[in-house]
Amino acid sequence: MEQTELLNLKKTACNVRLWAVEGVFNAKSGHPGGSLSAADIMTYLYFKEMNVDPANPKDPDRDRFVLSKGHCCPALYAALALKGYFSTDEIKVLRHVGAMLQGHPDMKGTPGVDMSSGSLGQGISAACGMALAGKLSGKSYRTYAMLGDGECEEGQVWEAAMFASHNKLDNLCAIVDYNGLQIDGTVMDVAGLDTLSEKFASFGFEVIEINGHDFGEIEAAFNKAKTVKGRPTVIIAKTVKGKGVSFMENQVGWHGKAPNADQYKVAMDELNAQLKALEA
Amino acid sequence: MGETKKIATRESFGMALCELAKEHDDIIVLDADLAAATKTEIFKKAYPDRFFDCGIAEANMIGVAAGLAAAGKVPFAASFAMFSTGRAYEQVRNSVGYPHLNVKIAGSHAGITVGEDGATHQCCEDLALMRTIPGMVVINPADHYEMVEAVKAAYAYNGPVYIRLGRLAIESFNDPDNYTFELGKGITLEEGTDCTVIATGLVVNEALKAVRALKERGVNVRLINMHTIKPIDKDIIIKAAKETGRIITVEEHNIIGGLGEAVAAVTSEFCPVPVNRIGVQDVYGHSGPALELLAEFGLDAAGLEKKISEIIGK
Repeated sequence: MEQTELLNLKKTACNVRLWAVEGVFNAKSGHPGGSLSAADIMTYLYFKEMNVDPANPKDPDRDRFVLSKGHCCPALYAALALKGYFSTDEIKVLRHVGAMLQGHPDMKGTPGVDMSSGSLGQGISAACGMALAGKLSGKSYRTYAMLGDGECEEGQVWEAAMFASHNKLDNLCAIVDYNGLQIDGTVMDVAGLDTLSEKFASFGFEVIEINGHDFGEIEAAFNKAKTVKGRPTVIIAKTVKGKGVSFMENQVGWHGKAPNADQYKVAMDELNAQLKALEA
Repeated sequence: MGETKKIATRESFGMALCELAKEHDDIIVLDADLAAATKTEIFKKAYPDRFFDCGIAEANMIGVAAGLAAAGKVPFAASFAMFSTGRAYEQVRNSVGYPHLNVKIAGSHAGITVGEDGATHQCCEDLALMRTIPGMVVINPADHYEMVEAVKAAYAYNGPVYIRLGRLAIESFNDPDNYTFELGKGITLEEGTDCTVIATGLVVNEALKAVRALKERGVNVRLINMHTIKPIDKDIIIKAAKETGRIITVEEHNIIGGLGEAVAAVTSEFCPVPVNRIGVQDVYGHSGPALELLAEFGLDAAGLEKKISEIIGK
């Protein structure tokens, strides 16, 4: 990747994190940990990978993104706002009464949201349906679905994996935000969910393992996924929950709670310092 | 009157899908390893490229349907009512209902007339489950001709629809030359003033026979076929309540949450009259031949005639 482009992506990811924290803080609730772990991949999707146009969010030929781990929508909303789908002002009233931005993604009310999601395990099935529709209509768009690692405890994920593979949905690319933590503890402690790559491989997926915070690896993975024929791809992205805010990193407790005013200030100072360093 | 050949509404459903698909290439049919039973196999044979068997994975099937609809297709997703509305309830609620996607959900083998398979497969809760989902249209056709028209109406409506299908082959009582299906509009089959029977689905024909037998004895009962449970036809209910003073509902479904409560909700708000609910009395079904079960549960013509007579004291 060209250096200017890499720098721009890093800056955008930093802004996505800033707005995600801003949203959760103003909402006094929400899910910062998984939003921050997913921020780099979401940034890459919306600012480099996907063929989307904020001026035409319902374009039938656009690429689709389904945030199957819907609770991490603060990062999605930040990416969409920065891309130009709506004003960042909307993020300041996230989860408020009458706000456009709901606690979990609402495709009816929010431009750019391709599927309502939040009940875990369901988004990946909808993504399969979108990918299948693309094939049936002879369209060349691609469908992306981001899952949590904890989400992969849902049986429906594996029903969908079976379907995607059986129907040769090579226009589907799933991404697992593998941050290792869920509400009740580590993914290993809660459910012993290990060997995700082997599981997806045995279901017929092309499996690509990457560091989900390295844009070079992210780019290579998405580029490779586009060359895979006859089967779906899953990118297992090793990430750090809470990435970018030191006191949230790798902390189970920051799955689903908002920072207080002091914590918010520390978080924003840290992220702004990162942004400043990138701009220097 | 209609022909005497018996046909199950699941078969009518499969035939109707084929007819509709001739004109509309956006129709996609999904099933969950029950195509031979739900009769989507009729469609599968005619349009193999537009049929997808999702395997025994109903939750994913509903999600795939949602995704297809989000991308402009009109999917019909079929399984037994127990699974398409029961097992996959939350998928229907969150992936289809909440975004108000254009998905048609079919539930076959509804009610006790599943027969020998017994309680685990005799879904008497599907109408209740689907009614609770905001924006969901709920249809329960009573015979072949009504099913064919209901499938067309479901396609024409842009939004989520649940269609209940029966397993048991039944007589058609509607006259195909003089039948029109209007979503949300009940059909008066018999006029009367002593009371009104409102029936839905497979038991409408049983109620029709019962009401005609009562007429022969001089008991003048009105009969309404309520093929759409939601949105319910308020006007026809209020008119019946005002003119006949009592309503008796008949459904092959738990009396909790189905037609009876939908009708009672209208009368209690707009025109309070006694509403007696004939149906499955909050119990599970059990194994047995369908017609014997129908009789045992008091939902055949003879049982209905007796019960209606008891209720109105005539």
